[in-house]
Amino acid sequence: MSPSGGTPTDLRPYRPRISTWWWTRKRSYIVFVLRELSSVFIAWFVVFLVLLVYAIGQSEAAYRNFLDWASAPWVIALNVLSLVFVLLHTVTWFALTPQAMEVRIDDWKVPGFHILAGQYTGLVVVSLFVLWLVTL
Amino acid sequence: MTSSTADTIRLRVSRYRPETDSAPHFDEYDVPLRKEWTVLDGLNHVKNEIDTTLSFRWSCRMGICGSCGMTVDGEPKLTCGTFLSDYAPGPVTVEPLANFPVARDLVVDITDFLQKLPRVSPWIIRPDEHRDVEPEVEYLQTPGQLDVYRQFSMCINCMLCYSACPVYGLDPEFIGPAAIALAERYDLDSRDHGTSQRIDVLGAHDGVWACTFVGECTKVCPKHVDPASAIQRYKLKTALHTVKAFLLPRGAR
Amino acid sequence: MSDGVVRAAHDVLIVGGGAAGLRAAIAIAETEPRLDVALISKVYPMRSHTVSAEGGAAGVIAADDSLDQHCYDTVSGSDWLGDQDAIEAFVREAPEELLQLEHWGCPWSRRPDGRVAVRAFGGMKNMRTWFAADKTGFHMLHALFQTSLKYPEVRRYDEEFVTTLLVDDGRVHGVVAIGLMSGRIQAITAKSVILCTGGCGKAFPFTTNANINTGDGMALAYRAGAPLKDMEFVQYHPTGLPFTGILITEAARAEGGWLLNKDGYRYLQDYDLGTPTPTPKLRSMELGPRDRLSQAFVHEMEKGRTGQTPYGEVTYLDLRHLGEKLIDTKLPFVRELCLKYERIDPVRELIPVRPVVHYMMGGVSTDLDGATPMLGLYAAGETACVSINGANRLGSNSLPECLVFGARAGRAAAEHATAASGPPPAVEAQAVDEIRRLEHDLLGGGTGTESIAGIREEMQTTMEGAAGIFRTGPEMEKGAETLTELQERVGKVGIADTSRSFNTELLAALELANMLDLSECILAAGRQREESRGAHQRTDFPARDDERFLTHLLVHRNPDGTSRIERHPVSITRWPPGERVYGR
Repeated sequence: MSPSGGTPTDLRPYRPRISTWWWTRKRSYIVFVLRELSSVFIAWFVVFLVLLVYAIGQSEAAYRNFLDWASAPWVIALNVLSLVFVLLHTVTWFALTPQAMEVRIDDWKVPGFHILAGQYTGLVVVSLFVLWLVTL
Repeated sequence: MTSSTADTIRLRVSRYRPETDSAPHFDEYDVPLRKEWTVLDGLNHVKNEIDTTLSFRWSCRMGICGSCGMTVDGEPKLTCGTFLSDYAPGPVTVEPLANFPVARDLVVDITDFLQKLPRVSPWIIRPDEHRDVEPEVEYLQTPGQLDVYRQFSMCINCMLCYSACPVYGLDPEFIGPAAIALAERYDLDSRDHGTSQRIDVLGAHDGVWACTFVGECTKVCPKHVDPASAIQRYKLKTALHTVKAFLLPRGAR
Repeated sequence: MSDGVVRAAHDVLIVGGGAAGLRAAIAIAETEPRLDVALISKVYPMRSHTVSAEGGAAGVIAADDSLDQHCYDTVSGSDWLGDQDAIEAFVREAPEELLQLEHWGCPWSRRPDGRVAVRAFGGMKNMRTWFAADKTGFHMLHALFQTSLKYPEVRRYDEEFVTTLLVDDGRVHGVVAIGLMSGRIQAITAKSVILCTGGCGKAFPFTTNANINTGDGMALAYRAGAPLKDMEFVQYHPTGLPFTGILITEAARAEGGWLLNKDGYRYLQDYDLGTPTPTPKLRSMELGPRDRLSQAFVHEMEKGRTGQTPYGEVTYLDLRHLGEKLIDTKLPFVRELCLKYERIDPVRELIPVRPVVHYMMGGVSTDLDGATPMLGLYAAGETACVSINGANRLGSNSLPECLVFGARAGRAAAEHATAASGPPPAVEAQAVDEIRRLEHDLLGGGTGTESIAGIREEMQTTMEGAAGIFRTGPEMEKGAETLTELQERVGKVGIADTSRSFNTELLAALELANMLDLSECILAAGRQREESRGAHQRTDFPARDDERFLTHLLVHRNPDGTSRIERHPVSITRWPPGERVYGR
């Protein structure tokens, strides 16, 4: 079935305009925008890691230069800020994963909590492994 | 200035008359604050006793017809299930649903949704569509198979999700949460074979890919449909479909 | 054409977009695709009151069930006023229709093996009620609406209110309608018109019905000259919530719920409805017919054994022994509604309930194909009275009724339209008159001395007193006099809202006029029927009188606005009148 036509021109509906600051109106909108912003910092961490690996691959001198550069206050500040955003990114996306995927075993739907726990367990295991590698 | 005495509460209600007004304004009314009264009861009190010209939609008053969606103190709500006492001492601001053109007072124009809904083919599509004969018995469907899509079949088309979605507000072309949830409801129904017919519409730029997973739709849904979940799952479906179409030769699809 | 007096011309116009209306539209689109069909409703179809139905839809499918048993249950449930030829057709077609709906995607609840599940329901000897959790109407309506979208050639007029039928020489030729968004008043002509506008519960103060159930289609037919049948039979559903009137489905009792008075006693055993058993026994106690259960409540109230609440007397629905798991699986919506509107959890607490107006057995008189005596006019669903429900409807019969007779009326209306000629020129003049009446009388902006809400409340109070569960001649007389006075006063109502856009004050005035007309019909027929049968119980005539009143009463409108009553025979095929027995 198709709906019939809309309103005639003499009764003009009011179309409110969306403000550029729409996202400041609700806490959940602000968190959403920060979450989206966090991808930028993820990208920075990837770049940083690539630079680190490249420096190691070059020579010991290049590695030491890299560490000197990395201990500059602005780089540390940037990395601390990035860590905060990366944590935000991790926590928010881990929380959203059960919503984005449904896992069923026969008729049983795997509860969201299990998926969440699985992710954090994986995070801890990988982190411990990397820590072991680094402190070897 | 107090907003209410102990047993009344003030409603700030958005008013708009297209013949005379260029934009909405607020009128204020004091209504009885009874513990059983919803915002809808308050509005009906206004219409019956104070200002008969106030226009708003309502019908079932039990949260199943989807008529009475409005913005209450900035949040999209079904006014028949929103209690005045939760807003005491008030005032309570009642506005039309956001992201829709305002036709009059608290009435918005939802024809956009009604035009989008048929595009997702929200009906059972059978592989043998051209045949006229239906089987003499029901299509078998176990309780487990029903459970797979049940949640997405609970949508009452109240439009609160469209009202909460910033993407729909900024980009009215977006097909929207309820339409996508309904498409997923049919895709997941074991009796339906229509996914391939729906996927091109859903996979278009104004379909699931316009969504940035803000998740507000799910937060405001009064029937726990979780449209955000339907949309993200549909994204995976369309992505796999595209990959398959790219990788597999025509005959193997 | 679309900007003039006549907006469009169709072959079939369906008024009302609920289960019956949508089913009729689909029936015509599938069987007569060449016909030009349109559907007009004052609300979007998914808002139609079908959406609130909870319990289920009856259709014989169990191996140990039979069509004859469903017939007998319905006939006896109707206190022998149901037309048995119609009941036989209904019972035969109900399972086919429900199966069709399953094919269209309705999520019927299932047995573990995947077949459709059925449950018990009031007044039924076998389990035959199909259900979709406890939101059967919602799922059926959405399945029908979404299926109807497959047919874009069916034109829909959403949020348009029909104010009158266009009639010439005893034949219906279309309608005049107000577009709520635009405020434009125009005629839409059609060779057949099908009325599917539901019931009229809003004529009463406490009802399960929605705001939109104001009897519009019945009033349209009545004013056009078609008779209304069995109007005196108003169903009070035994379990509505006390303040809101929200329906607590009979399924709660079918799953094993008990009705207790304030002393915790299952009082129905005192009223010839059987003896209490721990699990439900079909056609017994809480699974008796609705009229008997509502009457039992009144007796309990008279004995002082009902509970007191600020919103009136109540009895209590006890679901505690069913357990949380069953309630969450089979009655989740009931739990939600109680938590929200009564702040009570039925898993742990008793639900206060009282009888509230729920359904009109009466309506526009039709035959088995939904045809009224007026050429070109059809009706189906609660708006119509075929009659399959007689003096009392069994729960879970009305949803399949909408499907069976919606489809039948659709096919009959289509057949008529195929052979019929277009509307005569006289119809346009009628439309102009109606447009003028509405523009001048109603939208004229005159200030009135009466308020719509005030008159409506007085009407509702009058109807509660005069057309309650128990009635007397003098009370109905008095009620009728009050209604006559209200009819006069409603003419002095002023409409302060002069806007064209979504004028709900104008809408309320037109709906009030419809309800006043129908209220008068209810009392006119009630006064005439000097017996007690089904939902029409008179303390001055307490017995059923088959000799004088085994007949339908038709209310006709006279040209001067008064009404006259005529009799209409009841079809009796295989079940001669007998005693209604429950619990034994």
